[in-house]
Amino acid sequence: MSENSGFLTKLRAGLNKGDSFLTRDLGTLFSGDKLRDDAIEELESRLLMADAGIEATTWLIERLQSEVNAGRVKNEKQLRAVLKKFLVELLSPVSKPLVIPPFIKPYILFVAGVNGVGKTTTIGKLASRLKKEGKTVLLAAGDTFRAAAVQQLTTWAERADVPILSQGEGADSASVIFDAVQSAKSRGIDVVIADTAGRLHTQAHLMEELRKIKRVVQKHDPYAPHEVLMVVDATTGGNALTQALQFHEAIGLTGIAITKLDGTAKGGILLAIARRMALPVRFVGLGEGVEDLEPFDAEAYAEALINP
Amino acid sequence: MFENLTTRLGTVLDSIRGQGRLTEDQINAATRELRMALLEADVALPVVKEFIERIKVRAIGVEITQSLTPGQQFLRVVQQELTQTLGGVAEPINLRAQPPAVILMAGLQGAGKTTTTGKLALFLKEREKKTVIVVSADVYRPAAIEQLRIVAGNVGVEWFPSEVGQNPIAIAEAALAHARKTYADVLIVDTAGRTTVNEDMMKEITALHGALNPVETLFVVDSMTGQDAAKTAKAFADVLPLTGVVLTKVDGDSRGGAALSVRQVTGKPIKFMGMGEKSDKLEIFHPDRIATRILGQGDMLSLIEETTRKVDQEKALKFAEKLKKNKTFDLEDFREQMAQVQNMGSMEAILDKLPGGAQMKAQVAKANPEKQIKRSVAIINSMTKQERKYPDLIKASRKRRIAAGAGVEVQAVNQLMRQFETTRDMMKKMAGGGMMKMMRSLAGKMPPGMMPKR
Repeated sequence: MSENSGFLTKLRAGLNKGDSFLTRDLGTLFSGDKLRDDAIEELESRLLMADAGIEATTWLIERLQSEVNAGRVKNEKQLRAVLKKFLVELLSPVSKPLVIPPFIKPYILFVAGVNGVGKTTTIGKLASRLKKEGKTVLLAAGDTFRAAAVQQLTTWAERADVPILSQGEGADSASVIFDAVQSAKSRGIDVVIADTAGRLHTQAHLMEELRKIKRVVQKHDPYAPHEVLMVVDATTGGNALTQALQFHEAIGLTGIAITKLDGTAKGGILLAIARRMALPVRFVGLGEGVEDLEPFDAEAYAEALINP
Repeated sequence: MFENLTTRLGTVLDSIRGQGRLTEDQINAATRELRMALLEADVALPVVKEFIERIKVRAIGVEITQSLTPGQQFLRVVQQELTQTLGGVAEPINLRAQPPAVILMAGLQGAGKTTTTGKLALFLKEREKKTVIVVSADVYRPAAIEQLRIVAGNVGVEWFPSEVGQNPIAIAEAALAHARKTYADVLIVDTAGRTTVNEDMMKEITALHGALNPVETLFVVDSMTGQDAAKTAKAFADVLPLTGVVLTKVDGDSRGGAALSVRQVTGKPIKFMGMGEKSDKLEIFHPDRIATRILGQGDMLSLIEETTRKVDQEKALKFAEKLKKNKTFDLEDFREQMAQVQNMGSMEAILDKLPGGAQMKAQVAKANPEKQIKRSVAIINSMTKQERKYPDLIKASRKRRIAAGAGVEVQAVNQLMRQFETTRDMMKKMAGGGMMKMMRSLAGKMPPGMMPKR
């Protein structure tokens, strides 16, 4: 629970900056002991403005409306409770932390996503987190396309104090990752985290490359990759869903990490993803520091939104 | 994944079809759908609200032109407004300053500032024949400076060295001094990505702006950004006198509603869009392209425009009047109609512009409608004037002569006559009962997929 409350504090600080998009001035939505007529509409707007998307917003608002109609929402406290209940209901199915079983060695983890979402940064933070948990980690510099991507990952490897395997710019991404797994096997390393170049899901040849990387790595272990983590930028709008679907189609995602929740974006996209996909949200990124990556917890997230 | 606006508006527009005016209720129903479509395209909510208001004012009471249904007219109003809101015409980059003209790049993390800096340098070097120097003031992100060095090398422009640990403002000043000394035309300053809630970083970019006095301050924004685009753009515009916007990652499949939000909030023109990872993939921004994209329209609207242009309005009007007065429709009119269809261009070109047209194209290709129209016209051309005016005259012997004249079998003449009679019946109905009835009777006769969805 101590770790949990740490997450809560960070979330509150990062996510709300003092005011929650959802529950800011919630009291003003009431006149006396009655919910104001436009209160539901106001909440709908707030959800939409947080990128919760039309589907998740409609889902939440419909449930809220029926509670209101049933006369169960008479004051601010009840409204908060009801909102929290539904948020948890929406989010708890996707709140499954990443568990690395000791019997898979090396555990192969792919990190994929579109350009500029924070893949490399997330890998750096993740490596440091896993190392703290007592695991040995090897990074594979699979982004061989973007200028200086390898250097960027190298810097993160130094910060997290974990080894990195790279072949430099222009090398074949699949071969870099294959070599990394090979090396991890012989060195007895627990986890291989493979970076991949950012790619837009609309570029068929780049998605094909992802499939190839997967095929090649499967020569080591037919069950690899054990985790395919897609990184999503919290400022992304509805397109995040399309991205997730396309990447899933290409290599089969097993989890999502949501980054940049410390900005003004409130990550309503979390709600949209939870509503549309059965993909576990593994981590949330809350800043640029090596410590700023936390496992996602539905209860805590809802709590941070409801009681800032 | 997303329905396009045409499908969304489908049911609403169906109820409007056949009427000469759009009533307020119909507009309201249509704007509700429009609101949803814009939200799904990630246009920021306040911007959507304002936009809808403007559409309502324009759309209520709009007279509908002859060849268009009110629904399409509504779409046209929406598209015009969108294009207008997005800036109307493309605005070029401004380099009118005493050299070196300084360009400052700003934006969130991962928006694509460094990539855009490289692309812009190449653009100015190749198209404007300028000597360009680039410098990175990003001392925070690992390997950011190195990234710019490589990018600059790739596009063949000078890179001014900087290092982690230096003060960004000192870097900028040194680069500016160097650019002056070497008589460079343009200095592009790449900066670190920053969240707008980080006050220190926002102060830094203001200080950078003060030190450089740039002629262009470009806000770089990811076209996939959601509702946050408006907030972020506003926060940047509040501390920086932005002069333009660069929209990146436009080669994805997001609807790009961020473009509308950012343009509306900052009031500054979108000057470029990034269309891919390669250095030459920077294009001048075309408001109309993004407008159709936000609506999920395909090229539907240019098709509508083409139709308006190509259908001879005067002739169509005359034809309608004649039909009303005489209540007759003869083979001359039939031929005229077919010529109009031919005028609109090849069926394939039309289908290309329709959403989902590719599958239809395959079906239509078998039937080869153009060849049939050509043949029909040839048959009518082989008739005498009298036959065209009084088609009932045409019996077996005349049919044989016409077939010989047109170089076809008698069956083809029969087929044409049957087609003509169906059309004539339809025209009579139309003259009596209005478009609505005709559309209904037509619905049964068209191949599946050709009719708009209900």
